[in-house]
Amino acid sequence: MQRATARASALEALIELLSSMRFAISLLTVLSIASVIGAVIQQNEPANAYLNQFGQFWEPVFASMGLYTIYAANWFLAILAFLVLSTMLCIVRQSVPMLREMRGFRERARETSLRLFTRHASLAPALPPEARRGAVVAYLAGAGFRFRIDERENSALIAARQGVAGRIGYFLAHAAIVLICMGGLLDGNLPLALQIKLDGKAPTSGDQPLAHIPASARLDPDSWSYHGNVYIPEGGGTDFAVLNVGDGILLQSLPFKIALKRFHIDYYTSGMPRRYASDLVITDNDSGRSFERTIEVNKPLEYRGVTLFQSSFDDGGSILRFALHDLVPSARPPHPLDGEVGARLPLAGIGYDYTLEITGFRPINVENIAPPGGGGQFGGFFGNGTQTQAGKNLRNLGPVYTFKLRDTAGQAREFSNYMLPLEIKGRKYLASGVRASQAEAFHYLRIPLDGDDKADTWFAIRQIFFDPGRRAALAERFTARSLDASDESGLRERLKETAENTLALFARGGLAAISDFIENTAFTERPASEEDRQRAGAAFIQILQGLVWDAWMSAREASGQDALEIGDEHAPFIRDALFALVESLQYGAPFYLQLTDYKHRQATILQAARAPGKPLVYTGSLLLALGVFAMLYIRERRLFVLLKDDEALVAMSSNRKTIDADETFARHCAGLAAVLGTAHTDSQESP
Amino acid sequence: MKLASSPSSPSLSALPAELQMAQETDTAPAMPSVRAEWLKRRSFGDWFYALALIAAAGIAFLRYGEAMDGYETAILAVHVPLLAALGWAWRPFRPFAAAVAALSLAGIWLYQGDLARAEQIFFLKYLLSSQTAIAWMSAFFFIATGAYWLGLAARSDFAERTGSVLAWAAAVMGTVGLFVRWYESYLLGPDIGHIPISNLYEVFVLFSLVTALLYLFYEGRYGTRKLGALALLVISVSVAFLLWYAFTRGAYQIQPLVPALQSYWMKIHVPANFVGYGGFALAAMAGIAWLPGPRELFAGRLPAPEVLEDVMYKAIAIGFAFFTIATILGALWAAEAWGSYWSWDPKETFALIVWLNYAAWLHLRLMRIVRGAMLAWWAIIGLLVTTFAFLGVNLFLSGLHSYGSL
Repeated sequence: MQRATARASALEALIELLSSMRFAISLLTVLSIASVIGAVIQQNEPANAYLNQFGQFWEPVFASMGLYTIYAANWFLAILAFLVLSTMLCIVRQSVPMLREMRGFRERARETSLRLFTRHASLAPALPPEARRGAVVAYLAGAGFRFRIDERENSALIAARQGVAGRIGYFLAHAAIVLICMGGLLDGNLPLALQIKLDGKAPTSGDQPLAHIPASARLDPDSWSYHGNVYIPEGGGTDFAVLNVGDGILLQSLPFKIALKRFHIDYYTSGMPRRYASDLVITDNDSGRSFERTIEVNKPLEYRGVTLFQSSFDDGGSILRFALHDLVPSARPPHPLDGEVGARLPLAGIGYDYTLEITGFRPINVENIAPPGGGGQFGGFFGNGTQTQAGKNLRNLGPVYTFKLRDTAGQAREFSNYMLPLEIKGRKYLASGVRASQAEAFHYLRIPLDGDDKADTWFAIRQIFFDPGRRAALAERFTARSLDASDESGLRERLKETAENTLALFARGGLAAISDFIENTAFTERPASEEDRQRAGAAFIQILQGLVWDAWMSAREASGQDALEIGDEHAPFIRDALFALVESLQYGAPFYLQLTDYKHRQATILQAARAPGKPLVYTGSLLLALGVFAMLYIRERRLFVLLKDDEALVAMSSNRKTIDADETFARHCAGLAAVLGTAHTDSQESP
Repeated sequence: MKLASSPSSPSLSALPAELQMAQETDTAPAMPSVRAEWLKRRSFGDWFYALALIAAAGIAFLRYGEAMDGYETAILAVHVPLLAALGWAWRPFRPFAAAVAALSLAGIWLYQGDLARAEQIFFLKYLLSSQTAIAWMSAFFFIATGAYWLGLAARSDFAERTGSVLAWAAAVMGTVGLFVRWYESYLLGPDIGHIPISNLYEVFVLFSLVTALLYLFYEGRYGTRKLGALALLVISVSVAFLLWYAFTRGAYQIQPLVPALQSYWMKIHVPANFVGYGGFALAAMAGIAWLPGPRELFAGRLPAPEVLEDVMYKAIAIGFAFFTIATILGALWAAEAWGSYWSWDPKETFALIVWLNYAAWLHLRLMRIVRGAMLAWWAIIGLLVTTFAFLGVNLFLSGLHSYGSL
């Protein structure tokens, strides 16, 4: 028996704790801190990113705390659940007294307690006693009060109230929290987590063909809630959404098929997309009925409980036609190659042990080509808000295509090439960016164009320059041009040897190899001075430039063009060509892939979401807004007028301590004094 | 014995003559009589103001109705009762609205559809083009701050009055600047035009305005200008940031909208948010004035503690109410644009934290668990949290709200 009461009181204490405001506030504090962590640590990143960020030790610790998916972590959901429970208990516990309070008038209030009110005043009515009540009642009704009269011995208490609806705000706002949290739990990760656990589903790698994805990674159309991506190329269709779960994916079947007829995109002059839209054909899986609809950003489509949103866009497998320029010695002309964005082409057939992965294509590419550091101009601030900032020069640089070259060991380099020549300081180049990993910035190879705006000249020069078999002939040509034919002092042989060695050194390691040579080998008799080194370097550059010129001329000869007159007008090309030769040694690909033609095909990226908790959340939101306004702006006032023979005692209570309450009280006192025919005599504010 | 609340039949013969009114209202049901009273109290000026609003909305609809969708028409329509109520409840708002309307229309008329006229027409170049108007706003806010501080230091009523006039002038110029900027954006290109609350620069102008108007409301409400020095200080800081941002980054340029922002939701989500931020900023400033340190320093020159506590509560209440609405609107918009009403995006998360913070403040004040200087400190720290949600998230964290970034 005693144990039972102890248990009962323990339960009571527990309920007391759970429904107390302090407990709720503590939960909210923990929730806030957790939210800060969630905002600071980027959520749902691949495991590697966290490993890099936090290191070997902390990464698993944080992972076990669920910090990478904090909003789906068990403890976070548990706090939410406790919050819902606490709010519900609070509503339940408060509702009975609060409803009683709302309905009541507190007409039993004693005179002594009225005199203890913060706001009370004593009036001495001049009106005859029988007229007083009518006057007060008329005043209160006119001021919007409802009231009840308690007859007492020798006195009567008129208890009036107004604005009790504010208390409904309390119910609305707190019920709203419960609704919103429950709706949020329904639409959150919980249903998916349950499905994975109970139905034995398991995410799989996203890096495999569709047909290989096992049934364990496919979810039925009747999933409770989900949020996934849908990728559809123009002319294609699909009936599933991809859900990203940790490092893997799940395929969520949709109750309908979506086909993309066309994708539209408009751009601002800055190259920023202005509007994009998808012409979709939706076909119901059950009824077979189909209809067309265009969706765009901010204009989604809802069908069978699933909402489709325009999210983004991508290439849908554009057909690209390339010319492949060999960079290794070869005699063949540029080799034609066709491919589709997204395709993987083995290049063994054309003599390279690489796989070409075409990863992307953008037909329009607007960039600011002004030199950086223009900064703001004071004068530009005034006037209309449209002045373009000094130093901004937007230009459409034309199509850009990206691809990866993967060698047999699986290592890949990524390339980003421009189809059209770029003009930099009046000279034209073909540009190709290369990087070994995603983390690096692209390093650009800039191939100078010749007088006919073609890159062929440079490719031909490079062929000759780096072909060991043609080194001797090139050196010979260089020597013949540099020295008089009659020179017999052995200088001729020495120069030819130097030229050949320079070519060999350069082919091995570019300018670095030559500088190495100057440092370590060139000066054998005495230690080299700084001046010596600089002179030697300049001499090598001169030889290299001469060799570029001779390679150029021999290329022209081979293609049946006339030789050119040597002159200053060719100097920039020679310089650029040599620089590109240096850069090309780091290029990391045995060929250059030049885009010659393309057929653009776009793809849309949609999001498919099912959120059955949405009505709950929206209802909750409406209640919350109403509740907050009601609580804050409907002011509850309770006015008490105790009519006695020689006195009218006025007292007021309000549920908020604000200055308005004091003002309202003063106004009602003055009003009552006026109707009772007196100035109020004894107004008191007890502390 | 208890009587029901229905008016009994008291002998009213003895009522003084001037109370016959009360006798009449006595017979009417309580609530309508109050409402009728409220409408009856409207003066000729009130009705004229309301009619002017209806006319303005009507003209706007006739001229630009074709370019507006149903939601935007509804937003326009709702502004009539909203602004009418505001002007009825707060008389000084009417001359403010009139000045803004007159100057904005003058600016638009002077443009005559040609942006280049900003450089040619005297009044555009030196007064009404958006950037010039915003520059005037900045200057007025700075001088107003100085005037309020002078008033505080020298106990000069005149200086405080000047500060008040300048703060009004600044609010007028800032609002004009935004309206003219709105028009300019359409001159830049019909597809570029949009309401100027789409990036950090524009919303900083909005923040300064809203905070100033909120402050001016309370200044009139409590009949004290003594909080002006602090309130204008926070506005001056934001204007200083605005100018720094404009000069170093050229942020004042009108930029076209990304597709996600092209929605009527922006027209209600963003302003609601800034009423929230403005309220929180004002509350923090009242909080500073309430701390013992400043109280000693400016002994007798700051408003009474009851007034400060009241301002703090009212500012947080209005801020919280609007912030609640703004967050809900944001969720509704997110559901339409991003496919999910809540994505735990850093901006959303911090909005939640700000909301929870002020919810806790209101609860603890109501329950008298926390009071006095502690409430003031909390309001000040609340502003730091709010500032982080407003600026810090854009600076340090990435997410979906990237268009607000620095």
